[in-house]
Amino acid sequence: MNYFPDEVIEHVFDFVTSQKDRNAVSLVCKSWYKIERLSRQSVFIGNCYAISPERVIGRFPGLKSLTLKGKPHFADFNLLPYDWGGWVYPWVEALAKSRVGLEELRLKRMVVSDDCLELLSRSFVNFKSLVLVSCEGFTTDGLAAIAANCRYLRELDLQEIEVDDNRGQWISCFPDSCTSLVSLNFSCLKGEINLTALERLVARSPNLKSLRLNRAVPLDTLQKLLMRAPQLVDLGIGSFVYDPSSEAYIKLKATLVKCKSIRSLSGFLEVVPCCLSAIHPVCQNLTSLNLSYAPGIHGNELIKLIRFCRKLERLWILDSIGDRGLGVVAFTCKELQELRVFPSGVDNAAVTEEGLVAISAGCPKLHSLLYFCQQMTNAALITVAKNNSNFTRFRLCILDREKPDPVTMQPLDEGFGAIVQSCKRLRRLSLSGLLTDQVFLYIGMYAEQLEMLSIAFAGNSDKGMLYVLNGCKKLRKLEIRDSPFGNTALLTDVGKYETMRSLWMSSCEVTLGGCQTLAKKMPRLNVEIINEDDQMEFSLDDRQKVGKMYLYRTLVGPRKDAPDFVWTL
Amino acid sequence: MSQDTTVDSPESSDGASLMSFDTELTLGLPGESRSPARAPAFAQGHKKNCTKRGFMETVIDLNLGTSHISMPRGQNSESRVSGTGKYPAAKAQVTGWPPVRSFRKKTLEGSSKLVKVAVDGAPYLRKVDLQIYSSYQDLFRALEEMFTCFTTRDYNMEERKLTGALNGREYVPTYEDKDDDWMLLGDVPWKMFVESCKRIRLMKSSEAVGLGKYKFS
Repeated sequence: MNYFPDEVIEHVFDFVTSQKDRNAVSLVCKSWYKIERLSRQSVFIGNCYAISPERVIGRFPGLKSLTLKGKPHFADFNLLPYDWGGWVYPWVEALAKSRVGLEELRLKRMVVSDDCLELLSRSFVNFKSLVLVSCEGFTTDGLAAIAANCRYLRELDLQEIEVDDNRGQWISCFPDSCTSLVSLNFSCLKGEINLTALERLVARSPNLKSLRLNRAVPLDTLQKLLMRAPQLVDLGIGSFVYDPSSEAYIKLKATLVKCKSIRSLSGFLEVVPCCLSAIHPVCQNLTSLNLSYAPGIHGNELIKLIRFCRKLERLWILDSIGDRGLGVVAFTCKELQELRVFPSGVDNAAVTEEGLVAISAGCPKLHSLLYFCQQMTNAALITVAKNNSNFTRFRLCILDREKPDPVTMQPLDEGFGAIVQSCKRLRRLSLSGLLTDQVFLYIGMYAEQLEMLSIAFAGNSDKGMLYVLNGCKKLRKLEIRDSPFGNTALLTDVGKYETMRSLWMSSCEVTLGGCQTLAKKMPRLNVEIINEDDQMEFSLDDRQKVGKMYLYRTLVGPRKDAPDFVWTL
Repeated sequence: MSQDTTVDSPESSDGASLMSFDTELTLGLPGESRSPARAPAFAQGHKKNCTKRGFMETVIDLNLGTSHISMPRGQNSESRVSGTGKYPAAKAQVTGWPPVRSFRKKTLEGSSKLVKVAVDGAPYLRKVDLQIYSSYQDLFRALEEMFTCFTTRDYNMEERKLTGALNGREYVPTYEDKDDDWMLLGDVPWKMFVESCKRIRLMKSSEAVGLGKYKFS
């Protein structure tokens, strides 16, 4: 098999970048396995409890970039108690002890302590990139350590993180010698920031391409920062509050015109909406726009803005845009690939099936959708499926639980059925509205590429879940809440779960006995029962229904850091 | 704002009027009739005739909500009011629904000031976010769109009254402030109003006699 020396094969493997492909390559033969593992630089661990850090380091000693995911997806919606797990410290500790030259760490839904950040900052000389998404557990002290000690830091990216303790001095901890920043995102931090230090940092970062500011950065500072960094490609504006006649605003308008490289815009956490005209010149080149945290931009001002965004590929927006606004998007944004419409919590001008139909008709390149809406009809979904068979991600959330088609009063089985039948490349699907087992029959039949499915308040019987488990061969993640699926569904094909990353079931019909049976049959699964109510003792009654069950395949057995309320069967 | 609104008259507010919508979808502003003859109306300057959520239509929605079949669920089945009451109880709040990240929820909560708006004679409440408006006129425009009984030119700044187009009665916009007093909208500067307003009530003029600092029980 080996016609070439190892170095040549290794060089060829350099061009094999996706983890999936590298995994495949490593299975060809022992020799390729060895060459591949020694040369792999980037490792993705979808479930931090599926494997131990020591084994990862042992297999991939050349590791430079590590991506870890911790808590299951439903943790985002407060369905998981606070201390469930997902601590990253053991990973950083193991990496620090080893000889791994870590350069990049990307974490999602993990608990990160200040100590951990401190250790991270001191252990890896070439550490370059820290990306934290939906993480928790640290304060700005940890950020100060990163700033102070990572001499070659290129990227510090904090997304959707609640950091309570917040003092703005961490930004002053970047030494004067730090000139390597390419990306700085602290938009989610709630507190004040040392503006002078920030200005000086940006001034000495000629490679800065992405800058996302928080609410505490006022307009005149923004203007100064943009003067220093006209090369920015991605800008997040924290505060856009000003007096339109003020010199600061006039200066900003002029400066923005010079920022010809900006392709991505976000933020506007605080905004005076009446004069967004300063932004219009930037809009013409935008490929990505995120106004989902900007309830202050609405109505005609929003529509005016959108009309300039002809090149938009990604749009995140609040439902206050309304069907009318989505009509404008459909008319204007012909390059649109990804749309997310989030709920604003306000009653007037939310979106319905009309907006979605308009978008599907007007935006032929759309393939990724997250849509929170007041209602949906089968007819609309069928139309969407006809208009657009490109969807890879289709997540629909009808705000009113179990709401039927308001025109026909029927469940939405046919509508979703049309979507899965038409969209042959669908990888991710979230369902809502009134749904019977029928929709799952369709999903099992047609959703051949489906990897992740989210189910809530749906189905009638075990058959529903079985259709999915039997039919979706590529299923990796299944998460179900408040649906009448029980032990029969759970236990019919236990081998299936080793082909998947994880299964979440909460408020369903599975019992303790059922889960125990499963755990006994499948030693390479961790079957966790999560019991937060004090009333629910771990009684030995097999017939007791389980509140929350999270199971996942693992090579390292039950985790040792599970808190009291988690019972691994 | 044109007077020829196409809101369904109260008499026809039953399930049948919604059932008669064409299933063929056309593009248009919410609330317009869905006849194919009507051209899409993106052009600016086209005024909305009515909103999808005009209150009579919402009353229809609420009525229909009672009639769908109750599906059996697991141990968290919610009680569903069916039949008797004209306006069914809202579904119980459930953890994690709608599925929005708590970071997003908290951030938006912080930047919005949601207050309930009640209209005398209407059976339900609406919510508005006061933070997104910059003046009383702005707010009234939004209220007008929501309730479709008023038009901006019906707002008489001098006497602070709104004239309902539907039934011609006058409404007085009032709000409850932090001290639990009922005040007239417009009494205080806008920003102060936003800060102190707890909820809004469009009161029938006949009831608003002598309103100033007036405690309601």
